[in-house]
Amino acid sequence: MTLIVNKQLSSKLAPGHSTCAGCGIPAIARTVLGATDDPVVVVNVTGCLEVTSTLYPYSAWKVPWIHSAFENGGATAAGIDGAVKALKKKNRIPEDKKIKVVVFAGDGGTYDIGLQSLSGALERQHDFLYVCYDNEAYMNTGGQRSGATPYGADTETTPAGKKSFGKKEKRKDLMSIVIAHHLKYAAQANVAYLNDLKTKAKKALEMEGPRFLLVLQPCTNLWKFPTSQYVNIGRLATETNFWPLWEYFDGKYKINWATENPKPLEVFLKTQGRFKHLFKPGGEKVIAEMQKEVEENWKRLVNFVEV
Amino acid sequence: MNWESIEEGATITHDIKKSPRTGDWRYMKPAVDKKTCIGCGQCFAPCPEACIDYDSERKADIDYDICKGCGVCATVCPQHAIKMTKNT
Repeated sequence: MTLIVNKQLSSKLAPGHSTCAGCGIPAIARTVLGATDDPVVVVNVTGCLEVTSTLYPYSAWKVPWIHSAFENGGATAAGIDGAVKALKKKNRIPEDKKIKVVVFAGDGGTYDIGLQSLSGALERQHDFLYVCYDNEAYMNTGGQRSGATPYGADTETTPAGKKSFGKKEKRKDLMSIVIAHHLKYAAQANVAYLNDLKTKAKKALEMEGPRFLLVLQPCTNLWKFPTSQYVNIGRLATETNFWPLWEYFDGKYKINWATENPKPLEVFLKTQGRFKHLFKPGGEKVIAEMQKEVEENWKRLVNFVEV
Repeated sequence: MNWESIEEGATITHDIKKSPRTGDWRYMKPAVDKKTCIGCGQCFAPCPEACIDYDSERKADIDYDICKGCGVCATVCPQHAIKMTKNT
């Protein structure tokens, strides 16, 4: 048996982990970690990436890695940043050595449970990069709704049926919450646009202070689509303006990808089983509401860029 | 007691040879048509397992020990050089 896995891509996260077939999370982790040559310390909040990459007694990580609970990803990163500073003061680590702290967290560990520690770490201006892979539900525990789940989606705890059309609340605008902490860099990226993600990760890793990346990650299990389709569905999310690619740097907004004729949202919704119920009679109202929300969000973003 | 006297935690040293063979999961098997493959490398990064690399002729080559058979490589290939067939 010969083993010829891609040496360059798997230099920090090895293959052989147990993410579902067709999951984009390892691609996100590899792209972000591949954007720097400096030593990194990875903090991994409980979530899909953590449970699948470290099945006892194996580990897929080739870099120093700390597992922290759902609620303290930001606090753990802050502690590592403090430890590095203290060890530099004691001359245990050379003063000019750059050590990057990268946090990987899911949307449950960022939008909901981990928000307070993230907020604290951002406010104290610790030196770390926070990467949130957003698959829009608690997928590790079987698909419960989270603050990131979009309006109208059918999940385990917001099932669609005769009396309900899925989630009744709109998704949380996390980027605005993060930017309100006066941080230097925050960006929204998509796993289907890996080159864009790499540019953003590189930009973020070269800076100091808190940085934030929000990456869309289509999930084959909850979104209910064939395993081969995560790239196509991620692209549709951006082409319909559901998930615009943009960044915030030094008080300025910049849109990285835009089209004059965005596709109607139905094209994106039709590809997924979690919105299947919206295409039965009575679902038009919900789709119209979602389309309105997408357009409003896009208009708000464009206004930010022009101001 | 200070932090320096705390024992080190459990260490798992990395050994790729001991890694689980996720190739067992495969239901559909991708096959690269080496004649149509132009060696652009676009399937490398989106592959969740990073199990695609160049062979000696600079064409895509899949490691079947690890490939889970998701089919992402077949969808992103601009040349449609990767075909999915039932795993046997």
